[in-house]
Amino acid sequence: MSDNNPVTVVESRPGALDTRVSARKARPSYVSTTNACKLCTPIGAALAFRGIEGCVPFLHGSQGCATYMRRYIISHFREPMDIASSSLGEKHAIYGGGPNLKKGILNVMGKYGAKIVGVATTCLTETIGDDVPMILKEFRREFSDLALPHIVFASTPSYSGTHMEGWHAAVRATVEQLVTDKVSENGTVNIMPGFVSPADIRYLKEIATDFGIRPTILPDISETLDGQALEDYETIPSGGTSLEAIREMSGASASIEFGRTLSCLETAGNVLKKRFDMPLYQIGMPIGLRETDRFFQALEAITGRETPQLHQMERGRLVDAYIDGHKYVSGLKAVVYGEADLVIGLTSFLVEIGIRPVLVATGSKDKVFKQAIEEVCKGIALGASLPAIREGVDFFDIAEEAEGLKPDILVGHAKGYKMAREWNIPLVRAGFPNHDRFGGQRILHLGYRGAQSLLDRIINAIIEKKQADSPIGYWYI
Amino acid sequence: MKTAVIFEERKDQIYRKGEQPFELACNRESLAGAVSQRACVFCGSRVVLYPIADALHLVHGPIGCAVYTWDIRGALSSGPELHRLSFSTDLQEEDVIFGGEKKLEAALNELIERYQPRAAFVYSTCIVGIIGDDLAGVCKKVEAEKGIPVIPVQSEGFKGNKRAGYEAACKAMFRLVGTGDTTGISPVSLNILGDFNLAGEIWIIRDYLKRMGVEVVANITGDGRIADIQRCHGAALNLVQCSGATLDLAKMMKEKYGIPYIRVSYFGIEDMAESLYQVARFFESRDPEIMKRTEAVVREELEELHPKLVEFRKDLEGKKAAIYVGGAFKAFSLIKAFRHLGMKVVMVGSQTGTKEDYRELEEITDPGTIIVDDSNPLELSAFIKEKDVDIFVGGVKERPIAYKLGVGFCDHNHERKIALEGFVGMYNFAKEVHSTVISPVWQFAPRRQKQKEAGNE
Repeated sequence: MSDNNPVTVVESRPGALDTRVSARKARPSYVSTTNACKLCTPIGAALAFRGIEGCVPFLHGSQGCATYMRRYIISHFREPMDIASSSLGEKHAIYGGGPNLKKGILNVMGKYGAKIVGVATTCLTETIGDDVPMILKEFRREFSDLALPHIVFASTPSYSGTHMEGWHAAVRATVEQLVTDKVSENGTVNIMPGFVSPADIRYLKEIATDFGIRPTILPDISETLDGQALEDYETIPSGGTSLEAIREMSGASASIEFGRTLSCLETAGNVLKKRFDMPLYQIGMPIGLRETDRFFQALEAITGRETPQLHQMERGRLVDAYIDGHKYVSGLKAVVYGEADLVIGLTSFLVEIGIRPVLVATGSKDKVFKQAIEEVCKGIALGASLPAIREGVDFFDIAEEAEGLKPDILVGHAKGYKMAREWNIPLVRAGFPNHDRFGGQRILHLGYRGAQSLLDRIINAIIEKKQADSPIGYWYI
Repeated sequence: MKTAVIFEERKDQIYRKGEQPFELACNRESLAGAVSQRACVFCGSRVVLYPIADALHLVHGPIGCAVYTWDIRGALSSGPELHRLSFSTDLQEEDVIFGGEKKLEAALNELIERYQPRAAFVYSTCIVGIIGDDLAGVCKKVEAEKGIPVIPVQSEGFKGNKRAGYEAACKAMFRLVGTGDTTGISPVSLNILGDFNLAGEIWIIRDYLKRMGVEVVANITGDGRIADIQRCHGAALNLVQCSGATLDLAKMMKEKYGIPYIRVSYFGIEDMAESLYQVARFFESRDPEIMKRTEAVVREELEELHPKLVEFRKDLEGKKAAIYVGGAFKAFSLIKAFRHLGMKVVMVGSQTGTKEDYRELEEITDPGTIIVDDSNPLELSAFIKEKDVDIFVGGVKERPIAYKLGVGFCDHNHERKIALEGFVGMYNFAKEVHSTVISPVWQFAPRRQKQKEAGNE
């Protein structure tokens, strides 16, 4: 394993910083949002709940929210995504949604056989002031004679935060509400990977297993949102983190959480740390060589074992590919956008292969986003070219700013396609949603293998564009 | 098995033809926890108005409502494409506490200045209904300042289902009608209502009408323009296709301007032809030659289409289909279209059908057919298995239900990018049905494999 000091000290670049600040001030600050680069809070919770075994995501609100989110998610994953709703109508908006919430849970119990119901609120129920914990308490009392499912509740007002806040809120709520007792040490390691693809999660399991670890990955959407062809329509798709595994999380030897922006959030990892004094490794999403090295270092530290040969070799091949490929991408300008932690990881990866991110942007408002980008660029970004860093922006902002920067490539989810088309540059798809290509659920982002896959896709996208634009059309490069 | 997945409360929303006298409950609120395929009032308004391409469509609410409806339909425009952008006031916590009116006004001003639209529609969402923002007041103020129509659409999500949203959309559009100059409009003219120009379908219909000698005044709402809607009261007739969506507008126009309407469908051979003949019959007194021209259009189109369908039919004869769509009217045409392919519809349902719609479905279907209102994945998957269908027609939400069960699928909803209207649309439909039904992939699907094994034993 190579030595990997996370931070090498670099000279500060006051000039570059000043320019960015003034450029930012010169642009108007818009009131309206045009083509948002984020989704609403409850959809994140619904997605996270989908990664718990036997769980039915349940939105407390009007019917449309659940249906819209289902449609949006199905288009990406091409899997069933049954989200229940309390289907509130006008009278419930006035008199409260409690009765419908209770009735809805009973129905989900009866027909879906839910072991867990993941309830998330919407803007409607947050605003009418439904006291969901109290309603749930009443529910448990009223129906104490029935075999009730576990009910996890996350407050996810859609006017506060983005889908990523909703995701983390659901994961934290799950741990807070289900991991209540200390169990004896069981040799497991908790991994809270954030919103990554089913393929990423399958690969994480592989890595952990190769380390001899029994991982508890929360949530685990690797099967529930990328399932097999089966004989029947499953009421609840198999897979997901089991209730037993969740309860046993208190016996793990450590927790790992991905996401450099998590430092200012009260996360599931923090809950476990406080409640059970469990060591917490909060590291960036392991995208690219250096961030993946940090992940493997954490696994080495937790297990006391060296990185297995197989993965050392994958790392070696990745470095070899970095070298083989560097001339195709060196100095190219990239615009990166999407979820904050994914963008930070992608930026970290891009700077290490010699691409210059000129604008990195996220729709969420994140206090540490800028700092995290600067950290992953330190000592490695080409020249004095730290990217422009924007949080809380929409695609109108991104397009307006990026146009002058003349990027060569876009890296982000499919909603950047219109920019890519207009500027005739490649879009390399990463993250969610991927509504215009096949296989969004199988995009690999994490680890050495994910970096390899991203590298191949980026270089080939560049070559493909060169070929398409060339009057000669070389077929031997 | 038959009832295991059916909620007690929903029993009377499912009917099996022939088992008992026809009775089907509908137009109810969706059952909590039933995972209905329905959306909300906002959705209804948004889908109807969305294709008006030179208007600004601003969603007043938190970000989700705008994001999930961002350019999700295949509604094409022959000119401006303002409808393909997603605008929102992205309400934040402080707006919810202190009210969102100021933000709405500022957002409207900003966007109108930026895009210079011909009008603006402002959609209210659940939360706006709760915090009580004066949408109409803000719209009125901005309208006066900017000099374009700024129209509130009262589409709070919880105030009913999609149908209520259609009504809100029609009310909004009706404010435009009658405000434009109608000079120069031919006496043989009409408006196309309830077509959304998915994959350019409205252009197919306009071509037929042109060949018949009929002027189209306004497309409502696919490839729609504000100025056309403002003068559409000068047309002699309204053609209403998606009746759930736009019949209200046609009725309002009949009442106020005396314009008659006819209900039509452009799907399938009979319904497409009959729709054109209805138009011809309506104008026959003003244009005696129109019937001849119409017959020629239908003949020319059919001569091209018929031999192709015969080919598809060879493979499809005897196969079974299930249909679950938003509005029931489309289902009527689909049942007939499947008959042309030699196929039998064994299940049909809709999200928002009315009593009359379901009665008609009951009349035109074969005994044993399941008719269902406001269904859900559990029921739909059970019906597909029970009837052992070969293809399921629905939207994106229905697709994984079919595929998991090893059943072919045809997208007949907003997202599709293939024109299914007109005679050419019938060809596209047949081609798509054929391509999925005859695909070799189903033989690898576990359920199909098991069926095969069981059959061999």
